[in-house]
Amino acid sequence: MFDNLSDKLDNALHVLKGHGQITEINVAETLKEVRRALVDADVNYKIAKEFTSIVKEKALGQDVLTALKPGQLMVKLVKDELTQLMGGEAADINLSGTPSIILMSGLQGSGKTTFSGKLANFLKNKKGKKPLLVACDIYRPAAINQLQVVGEQVGVEVYSEEGNQDPVAISNNAIAHAKENGHNVVIIDTAGRLAVDEAMMTEISNIHKAIQPHETLFVVDSMTGQDAVNTAKTFNERLNFDGVILTKLDGDTRGGAAISIKSVVNKPIKFIGTGEKMDAIDIFYPSRMADRILGMGDVVSLVERA
Amino acid sequence: EKSKASFFDKMSKAVAGKAKVDEEVLDDLENVLISSDVGVGTTIKIIKAIEERVARDKYLGTDELNLILREEIAALLSKTNSGDATDFSLPNDKRPYVIMVVGVNGVGKTTTIGKLAYHFKKSGHKVVLGAADTFRAAAIDQLQVWADRTGVPIIKQKMGSDPASVAFDTVQSAVKMNADVVLIDTAGRLHNKVNLMKELTKVKMVMQKTIPDAPHEVLLVLDGSTGQNAFEQAKQFTAATEVTSLAVTKLDGTAKGGVVIGISDQFQIPVKYIGVGEGLEDLQVFNKYEFVDSFFK
Ligand SMILES: Nc1nc2c(ncn2[C@@H]2O[C@H](COP(=O)(O)OP(=O)(O)OP(=O)(O)O)[C@@H](O)[C@H]2O)c(=O)[nH]1
Ligand SMILES: Nc1nc2c(ncn2[C@@H]2O[C@H](COP(=O)(O)OP(=O)(O)OP(=O)(O)O)[C@@H](O)[C@H]2O)c(=O)[nH]1
Ligand SMILES: [Mg+2]
Ligand SMILES: [Mg+2]
Repeated sequence: MFDNLSDKLDNALHVLKGHGQITEINVAETLKEVRRALVDADVNYKIAKEFTSIVKEKALGQDVLTALKPGQLMVKLVKDELTQLMGGEAADINLSGTPSIILMSGLQGSGKTTFSGKLANFLKNKKGKKPLLVACDIYRPAAINQLQVVGEQVGVEVYSEEGNQDPVAISNNAIAHAKENGHNVVIIDTAGRLAVDEAMMTEISNIHKAIQPHETLFVVDSMTGQDAVNTAKTFNERLNFDGVILTKLDGDTRGGAAISIKSVVNKPIKFIGTGEKMDAIDIFYPSRMADRILGMGDVVSLVERA
Repeated sequence: EKSKASFFDKMSKAVAGKAKVDEEVLDDLENVLISSDVGVGTTIKIIKAIEERVARDKYLGTDELNLILREEIAALLSKTNSGDATDFSLPNDKRPYVIMVVGVNGVGKTTTIGKLAYHFKKSGHKVVLGAADTFRAAAIDQLQVWADRTGVPIIKQKMGSDPASVAFDTVQSAVKMNADVVLIDTAGRLHNKVNLMKELTKVKMVMQKTIPDAPHEVLLVLDGSTGQNAFEQAKQFTAATEVTSLAVTKLDGTAKGGVVIGISDQFQIPVKYIGVGEGLEDLQVFNKYEFVDSFFK
């Protein structure tokens, strides 16, 4: 795909080589190719449009070095711009509270429960924390069992109240339990919900208000398409979340939703999920993600586990 | 929703007093299709078809454009017989009728099985569930809840056991029980994991020891909010299990599930069901006209 895009751009930019500079006329076709590549990678089409006009500004007047193919120059420009857009430095999570309260949110099946387990494992092993996992999904069949199994796998206690239908009460009780038992991190798993489900959005907003988390995370399936912007926007409006988690990146999706979400809510992407097992968690690196969206492969990130 | 409701308004303005659909109208149309995950290739195809018809028929009103669009998209879907079924019926000649449900992680396989069990039972069929996801945390418990809810038997082993063995057991029991339909739940797996895909092929094959033409149906579940990756999913699951039908879930959200138009354009797999919620009844038989209309609402 990278070669493909690069080749296409070479072709589109061929004529301008003689000019020695990228010009308005010649850049148009190129930008169309870039936009198409981004939309194919599931970047929201509006954002792809805006993005290419920024790239155009940067491209115009650039000298095409004889050593470098113009297509490669464009790809580099695009890549750098994508990397910057996704937020330069890797962002950490806020663990300043005693206990630090972390709230999970997201659509159905995005990977919240699995990620809760991974994060607990990560904080326990890498940061020496004593986390408590909290089961606040009162809807999904066997949701509590699932978190219990996950907790067992990572050796972290799970707080649940079978039969209690009030997630606000469960979270409050869990925090009290954490304080009494010396847990310094509380990770609250919630039910999946659609952004258009008013009752469910109010529910999580109530949990959020009641417990005032130090860190609210929005968990997104990296295979999400154009709709990613709508959900991210609504969840952010309701929760003003602190960071994004991109899951299922062990697949072959390009993951353009990462760009869409970052552009729409301007919140850092903090971690990625790279498998179903509890150690399949990694820090997010914007540059690697840019490579991936452009189809340049992302092997390093999969090898270098956090 | 506001932005979508205004689409035809915008188009009306754009075409007012014009004899033909212009750039602006086509741009709007392109935006609607792309933002529904239809994909660039298929979108261009649809736009071209409309341009040609406009040139030929001397297009006039927006009502007609609406109609033409519906026809064009429905024609793409028709290539696969999508949307021709009207109820939750089963072919009469195969008993038990075995449906194996596959897909990537978290798309809604188990939930769809629960809903199918409900609908099949309601139409008087004897249903059996097979818990062949022995991997995901509490996957068996989850299917058990659905079995209890719908009051249908479930065949299961313990976590970590061989999924092919569970599938084998399920089909054997179903024959003994004189069941009409068997629903096999499988673990979610990403299609680029070679070993997991091979395991799925094995799960499929093992059922043929008891019923030579089983599974009669391999249902690939796609999450309606999935983007272009759905193409790879359709391709790789078909390679491993010869997918025969699709279910598209979570269409109760804002995602339009347009990727199935592109998939129908490229693969010969009909869409049979759509998921529109988490409850027992929240499964519908796919209707292509309603589906197309949902883009422009
Ligand atoms: N391959 C892969 N699978 C993942 C990853 N993260 C989660 N999963 C799988 O995705 C599916 C859904 O994950 P869950 O953790 O249950 O998702 P959830 O958001 O809690 O789902 P609900 O509670 O139903 O909303 C499961 O099969 C997980 O094993 C990942 O990074 N890679
Ligand atoms: N809103 C909505 N949610 C759905 C729909 N179908 C499934 N879900 C939810 O999506 C989540 C995942 O569903 P599952 O049935 O567990 O998905 P799965 O494909 O079996 O997942 P794995 O076995 O982990 O791969 C659950 O929270 C379901 O309630 C639907 O049509 N609409
Ligand atoms: Mg969950
Ligand atoms: Mg399942």
